[in-house]
Amino acid sequence: MHQKLLNTNNPSMAVEVSGLVKHFGDNRAVDGIDLKIPTGTIYGVLGPNGAGKTTAIRILSTLMKPDKGSAEIFGHDIIKEAQIVRQLIGLTGQYASVDEKLSANENLYIFSRLLGLSRSDARRKTAELLEEFGLSEAATRPLAKFSGGMRRRLDLAASLISKPPLIFLDEPTTGLDPRTRIQMWNTIRSLVSDGSTVILTTQYLDEADQLADRIAVIDRGKVIAHGTPSQLKASIGAATLELKLNDKSEYENAKQVIQSLLLVEGHFSSEGILTAPLSDPELITDVLLALRNRNIQLSEVSVKTPTLDEVFMAITGHETDKNDVESNLSIATNNN
Amino acid sequence: MKHSNDISQSALLNQTGIKQTIRQSLIMAYRGLLKVRRTPEQLIDVTLQPILFTLMFGYLFGGAISGNVHNYLPLLIPGILVQSILTGAVTIGVQLREDMEKGVFDRYKSMPIARIAPLAGALLADTIRYALVTILTFATGYIMGYRPETGFPGILLVSVLVIAFAWCVSWIFALAGVVGRSAAGVQGISMMILFPLTFLSNAYVPVETLPSVLKWFAKINPVSHLVSAIREIINHGVITQDFWLSVIGGLVILCIFAPLTVRAYRNKA
Repeated sequence: MHQKLLNTNNPSMAVEVSGLVKHFGDNRAVDGIDLKIPTGTIYGVLGPNGAGKTTAIRILSTLMKPDKGSAEIFGHDIIKEAQIVRQLIGLTGQYASVDEKLSANENLYIFSRLLGLSRSDARRKTAELLEEFGLSEAATRPLAKFSGGMRRRLDLAASLISKPPLIFLDEPTTGLDPRTRIQMWNTIRSLVSDGSTVILTTQYLDEADQLADRIAVIDRGKVIAHGTPSQLKASIGAATLELKLNDKSEYENAKQVIQSLLLVEGHFSSEGILTAPLSDPELITDVLLALRNRNIQLSEVSVKTPTLDEVFMAITGHETDKNDVESNLSIATNNN
Repeated sequence: MKHSNDISQSALLNQTGIKQTIRQSLIMAYRGLLKVRRTPEQLIDVTLQPILFTLMFGYLFGGAISGNVHNYLPLLIPGILVQSILTGAVTIGVQLREDMEKGVFDRYKSMPIARIAPLAGALLADTIRYALVTILTFATGYIMGYRPETGFPGILLVSVLVIAFAWCVSWIFALAGVVGRSAAGVQGISMMILFPLTFLSNAYVPVETLPSVLKWFAKINPVSHLVSAIREIINHGVITQDFWLSVIGGLVILCIFAPLTVRAYRNKA
């Protein structure tokens, strides 16, 4: 156990970041990030493509030096004590960081040996991890024949050899099919139940919602919001009432009903759905009764709690639009 | 699944000791050898070149330079050996550039291992390429009728010398590989270094025949000293000043370029 480590330093914080800045030319990829990540949690870093997530992870995992600011991993400075930090972290990169020319078996064996395991321990550890990640059968096959999911699993297995107390997962499910994605989620959850701290970056809002205890929303190199998933959802209001009418000509009437009962203005969405914020779920009965009384027929009714997508839109004021992706692709190229 | 966080080391150190550094470099060399086993075609250059060059240069220049092929071989074989082995060393830069573009180098960098280990390991693994060049050059020479004066012990000594020298020089190409932007660019730069270094020497022709500027360069070129040292050992059984000059030359190159390469590697994002 890294008991000694935790005693001499702040035991409750796995990561403390203050004022982190990294430029690529004019581009402020990371523009003053502050973070405090408690030990033993899954911390989600959420943002569109190129928001600065990967750059932040690369800095925290000692692959890149920041221009300004500081960061500590379990109380150890990422620049002055880089080699100590490297003993405390496991990195699973956005692009699987394993050796394409070697087999899964050889990959894990070499990483184990590099981490100081003896020949026999390295062989045992390799077999153990291959078994655990369901790769035993493919162990000696060249990686070129691996599926994306198998590659990610091998990559994650390689990060766990030294059982590091802090694991970085940079977009661990990007490009995976839904089934493999859920498998990956289960693996990530089990890491935390064993006491590790996980920092997970994702552009999938449902992924952060599913996995993370706390979330930081990052956009254009800045943390624009942070909190638990439910706090973030609550911050943009309770629920939304959605109505779809049989007869489109009735929409104005329906809108009047909503105006008089919910005291808010309804909106027509492009799909022909009438939406309105719903502060008190009790009121929905009144709305439906009033519609029946006016003989306005409904084809669909639903009440939705906000998704993180809506949270993101509400906070950033813009969608994760094409411009962003493009301008950020150039950051990604610079990074890599 | 069981992942209790037992950091097994007794204390966390911010430095990697020399013993660990050597151990990690050897493990990385093992990785290099595994890759050669997977893709043996990467040995094609060091297999064909010594055979082809020895035959070609021998029959092409033998008559003109030494009267006949047989008399040219004692002059030619050491030259071909050095030329081929240094050409074999060039690929390290391209290999490193290609490797570093892949994700696996991110993992090495994020691991608590000596920064020099992935580089030194790749260079050490190339020893197999140098050994192949040495064996094939002498074998081709033997078939063409070359019988070195000093026999096997002499061949063994020059093999060790030339491989060690190549290992030192390969740090120049490793630096090109680490700082270069693309594999093709690295290849180009490396060739620009290689050709003057090997051809502007006494490897193929007697230095006396060269114009004065070239003569001056050929005489200070460490490659010339290496070629002379090899000729004197295997043809006359003597270790001369050239031997020591090439040893010193190699060490100087190593002491300049190994730290430069590691620093460039450390700073490269």
